Amino acid sequence: MTTGDTTPHDAPSGGEPLLEVRGIEVIYDGAILAVADVSLTVAPGEIVALLGANGAGKSTTLKAISGLVVADRALVSRGEIRFRGEDITGIAPNLLAARGIVHVLEGRHVFGHLTVEENLRTGAFLRRLGRREIEHDLEEIYGYFPRLRTKRKTPAGLTSGGEQQMLAIGRALLTRPELVLLDEPSMGLAPIIVEEIFEIVTTLNRSKGTSFLVAEQNIAVSLRHAHRGYVVDSGRVALAASARELLDRGDLHEIYLGVANAVA
Amino acid sequence: MNLFLETLIGGLLAGTMYSLVAIGFVLIYKASGVFNFAQGSILLFAALTFVTLLEQGLPFAAALAVTILILILGAILIERTVLRPLANRSPMTLFMATLGLSYVVEGAAQGLMGAQVHALDLGIEDVPIFIGDVLISQFDLVAAATAVALALVLALLFNNTRIGISLRAVADDTRAALSIGINLNRIWQIVWAVAGIVGLVAGMLWGARQGIQFSLSLVVLKALPVLIIGGFTSIGGAIVGGLIVGAAENLAETYVGPYIGGGITPWFPYFLAIAFLYIRPAGLFGERTLERV
Ligand SMILES: Nc1ncnc2c1ncn2[C@@H]1O[C@H](COP(=O)(O)OP(=O)(O)OP(=O)(O)O)[C@@H](O)[C@H]1O
Ligand SMILES: [Mg+2]
Repeated sequence: MTTGDTTPHDAPSGGEPLLEVRGIEVIYDGAILAVADVSLTVAPGEIVALLGANGAGKSTTLKAISGLVVADRALVSRGEIRFRGEDITGIAPNLLAARGIVHVLEGRHVFGHLTVEENLRTGAFLRRLGRREIEHDLEEIYGYFPRLRTKRKTPAGLTSGGEQQMLAIGRALLTRPELVLLDEPSMGLAPIIVEEIFEIVTTLNRSKGTSFLVAEQNIAVSLRHAHRGYVVDSGRVALAASARELLDRGDLHEIYLGVANAVA
Repeated sequence: MNLFLETLIGGLLAGTMYSLVAIGFVLIYKASGVFNFAQGSILLFAALTFVTLLEQGLPFAAALAVTILILILGAILIERTVLRPLANRSPMTLFMATLGLSYVVEGAAQGLMGAQVHALDLGIEDVPIFIGDVLISQFDLVAAATAVALALVLALLFNNTRIGISLRAVADDTRAALSIGINLNRIWQIVWAVAGIVGLVAGMLWGARQGIQFSLSLVVLKALPVLIIGGFTSIGGAIVGGLIVGAAENLAETYVGPYIGGGITPWFPYFLAIAFLYIRPAGLFGERTLERV
């Protein structure tokens, strides 16, 4: 993997967005309002950062898009979510995976008792490939994540945090997604590993044109690799701008933490 | 020495039956984290359907095929009407649902097919045979061989096939499985159907022994200690647990029974299970969470 050159390629411009979230509200257990009003878009081939403090509603927004809200007894009670122009609000997550949206959950969520390679294989089940095609796709993923190849026979639960994050991403990529929802890939990882993971994201984005919506608290790293960013606060979008502009502001921390404090 | 060997072997052979019943529980527990109280009723329903079809004059193979078909349809029905609406509820809610389900299935079985005892002749002669100078029941031998064959097929099915890896993935992390496109509803349908078929085989073998009747559904009570000993999440554990319970209760009946007036078999497995709970709470093969510290 090349180091040094970490600027993303030019933001794709014009045309229909791949993902469009319009004014969604998400409620857990019919009572807890987690997302009040979030709108955002992701263009084809774009990397978008979703920033915000703890409890801002980043993960909930991603779960609303991937359909995984249902597994947490939550509901998108207002607004709509469109993917390639079609309304996908409320569609089951496994069907959305087949349509090209894959969610890499916060906290990695690998299948601990399955080996690294079995974990990767599960990502390919969706496409009902033949043996040879699966081998081919596995090789490609091992190309991006050489560390995984050396651990292919190890139960995933026994690999390191960084390896698990790479495995979760690799497994998701085997579904051949158009859009990857990546929830806090930096969580609990050493800076050098975080950098490595974001570089791979950028590489994938460039070579395959895969779009990424990345929820992060790590402003610096995520904005260096993203084209655009949104700042969410208390379930609302507080700010939306290009990554460059957001980085140049230098007051992002105060903005989202400040507003949160004012509300509290 | 011969008495000991005969008792031990007889117990082990009977134990394979317990294993078979326990495997049905393990499959469902792995896929949905619920202790399926209805497994005994499903076993009764399956055996009763099979014997009724036989009595209606269907040939053996046809009766078996039709019964399996009905079990598959039943699994789909249960998934749609019970599991899907209750998905994401607490395990206790699901357990209560299976409790209710057990009465529905039992009621349906007896309502449709009557409550009398049906004799089932599988054409296996129950004659004792000698191996060396150890006496063994031929029926037990055939039953055990069937159970072992079925367990092997299941182990193959659930180890390296797509379905097997998907099932283990779901058992590890349901959300992650959904996120990469695994169809949870389909997995549940398959698992309930397979558990039903395992129940059918167990019900046929037990039923051929003691007649197919209501008390068959009580084998659930035999499976519980097996699961505690073997662990709720391991097919291998269910097999070993069944063998341990079978052998131990038979040995206890023969060697301890006379001193306390017999009647040990109903409670001894529970005694054993509680002892195991002290030593290994997750069971012999139960999965502890794999985590690096
Ligand atoms: N499963 C749940 N049940 C009930 N409430 C929840 C659940 N998950 C999240 N919430 C609530 O929804 C709000 C938004 O949480 P969310 O997880 O989306 O935030 P986040 O931005 O991802 O935060 P973090 O950076 O800590 O991951 C919080 O107030 C949280 O308490
Ligand atoms: Mg989060």
